[in-house]
Amino acid sequence: MKSIDELGAVRESARQKMVQFREDSGGGARVMVGMATCGIAAGARPVMSACQEEVSRRGLRDVTVIQVGCVGVCRLEPIVEVLVGGQEKVTYVNMTPDKAREVIAEHVVNQRIKTEYTIGNA
Amino acid sequence: MEFIKNHILVCSGTGCGPSGGDKLVAAFQKAVREADLEKSVKIAKACCFGLCSQGPVVVVYPEGAYYTGLKAGDVGAIVREHILGGHMVSRLLYKEGEGDGGRALEDTAFFKKQVRVALRNCGNIDPEAIDEYIAYDGYQALARVVSTMTPGQVVDTIKASGLRGRGGGGFPTGRKWEFAMMQPPGQKYVCCNADEGDPGAFMDRSILEGDPHSILEAMTIAGYAIGADKGFLYVRAEYPVAVQRLQIAIQQARDYGLLGDNIFGADFSFDLNIRLGAGAFVCGEETALLTSIEGNRGEPRPRPPFPAVKGLFGKPTILNNVETYANIPWIILQGADAFARIGTERSNGTKVFALGGKITNTGLVEIPMGTTLREVIEEIGGGCPGDKAFKAAQTGGPSGGCIPAAHIDTPIEYDTLTALGSMMGSGGLIVMDEDNCMVDIAKFFLDFTVDESCGKCTPCRIGTKRLHQMLEKITSGNGTMADLDLMEELCEHIKSSSLCGLGQSAPNPVLSTLHYFRDEYEAHVREHRCPAHVCKALMRYIILDNCKGCTACARACPTEAITGKVKELHIIDQEKCIKCGACMDICKFNSVIKE
Repeated sequence: MKSIDELGAVRESARQKMVQFREDSGGGARVMVGMATCGIAAGARPVMSACQEEVSRRGLRDVTVIQVGCVGVCRLEPIVEVLVGGQEKVTYVNMTPDKAREVIAEHVVNQRIKTEYTIGNA
Repeated sequence: MEFIKNHILVCSGTGCGPSGGDKLVAAFQKAVREADLEKSVKIAKACCFGLCSQGPVVVVYPEGAYYTGLKAGDVGAIVREHILGGHMVSRLLYKEGEGDGGRALEDTAFFKKQVRVALRNCGNIDPEAIDEYIAYDGYQALARVVSTMTPGQVVDTIKASGLRGRGGGGFPTGRKWEFAMMQPPGQKYVCCNADEGDPGAFMDRSILEGDPHSILEAMTIAGYAIGADKGFLYVRAEYPVAVQRLQIAIQQARDYGLLGDNIFGADFSFDLNIRLGAGAFVCGEETALLTSIEGNRGEPRPRPPFPAVKGLFGKPTILNNVETYANIPWIILQGADAFARIGTERSNGTKVFALGGKITNTGLVEIPMGTTLREVIEEIGGGCPGDKAFKAAQTGGPSGGCIPAAHIDTPIEYDTLTALGSMMGSGGLIVMDEDNCMVDIAKFFLDFTVDESCGKCTPCRIGTKRLHQMLEKITSGNGTMADLDLMEELCEHIKSSSLCGLGQSAPNPVLSTLHYFRDEYEAHVREHRCPAHVCKALMRYIILDNCKGCTACARACPTEAITGKVKELHIIDQEKCIKCGACMDICKFNSVIKE
């Protein structure tokens, strides 16, 4: 990294891959699994694997499953947050691999929020 | 062999067929042919999906997208956007009745009062992907600093922001940097204290695990400001996930040239290394930490000289806490004024707390300084579970004290907490309710400091041990009123004559509980009674007359201390009872009580 411009170019190309920076609502989704120590202890690893498997099994394009740090609500881990391009982020709590697969099928594909698993219902 | 990528199932049941399903099949065939996708897309008529009122229904696999109410005109969009583009066509997907709001973390009462500066990226970016950090303006602060600011300007900015050390003491960060900057040029070091050891505290761990690059960036900025080219991150070995993510982050930063020689083409080089702590609490104390990095036994040394003058390997060194560093890039980018506007006059910015103990929402919160304890405990924390009464909050870990319920409206700032006999500490906040015995709490923390005293100086090594023995005497019912006065006197001696912060602050849990909860101490001494029924020597379990004689308690008792016939009142033999509470837990009729 030798100049600010170079850093700016990396920033722009990184943003293009992240749905939260897109201006159009052209689909795409970001699935964020809380994988700090608190999440891992509560069982986030199998939840993460289930999300990845489900995304690849359904051949979903432009859907990224990533690990993230702690959002702070450790008592509700494992937490999965889903951001479908152009829509509000949704926080799912107390997740299991099965619930995670359901969320991928229902929310990420069909854009029907699984309200019963969200933080508002915890 | 042909490879089918997508299946389009069009409902042709008796409901959907006539409502347009048949026309859809033809339309799909035409659209697929025109897009030259006949080899990879298969269109099939399917039987009823069971949602006839919303028909015609079309399901596209492998994704499993469920489209309803389609018209022939929508077919083009599905082929173009979904089959070719890979994005579901939102407006055509089946919509259920939408539930109420409150589905995102940001909508919860837990989140609304929080202001996220240090935790700005935690939970939002992939900590193992440097590009995601850069996408959120990562390393922009470093770029600005090395290409447009002088070291003096950086120090002035940090000073103007009013940032104070988040590790506990609250020393102004800018002044610490200034001392190190003023030292003559030569080898200097930037160190990060990630030896988070307070029981129940995990703020630093969360930042390292969720946003490791922010710490690397801040340390590099600090290196530029004071003229250092080397840094050390001292992380406790009990944080393997944090260590692993830091290692990945350091490697990525090196690959991008954000660590190393001539960063951003400037005449400035900086690199970092990780050092693992071996699990001694005293190594969180700055001079002991530096001694430990040097490869020696982690013991503190007298100050002055302060590390800014003579620190690691005898060279000028700055040591800041993880959370302190996490604020730095934000301050550079948003400006010192923006930071100073958050919080109160003498405590700027935010503070991260790890909420634990008797509180509903255990977890991590970041609040503006000046938020009251009541807001944190009742609104963000959701209060004590089971409608129990809030009794006290413990801040500052083994160096802090208890803030009683009477002071719940105190704004949380460095100076108000110190005035109450506690301290900000690194951010552990343990909530206690009516079931906690304050003498027992004091004993718990003393137990910790006795274990963790490094033994170098006498007041700490022997003083804390003696203090612990006195607490032991009181909780076993053998204390005298003279012991209370003697304890207070001993506390003052330990405070004034210990070598480092560990010893100087070790008596705080005792002093603050003695100050606010002297009645509890006196009940132990005078009445041989533990008001919260915690101290085992001063309480007993008894069975009330409403015992149904179900025998559950007798069967649960590990020492066979409970006797009684079926359907008759049971009795606990106090000689045999070990006060484990198994009987109380199992009784369905609330017949077992503590007294």
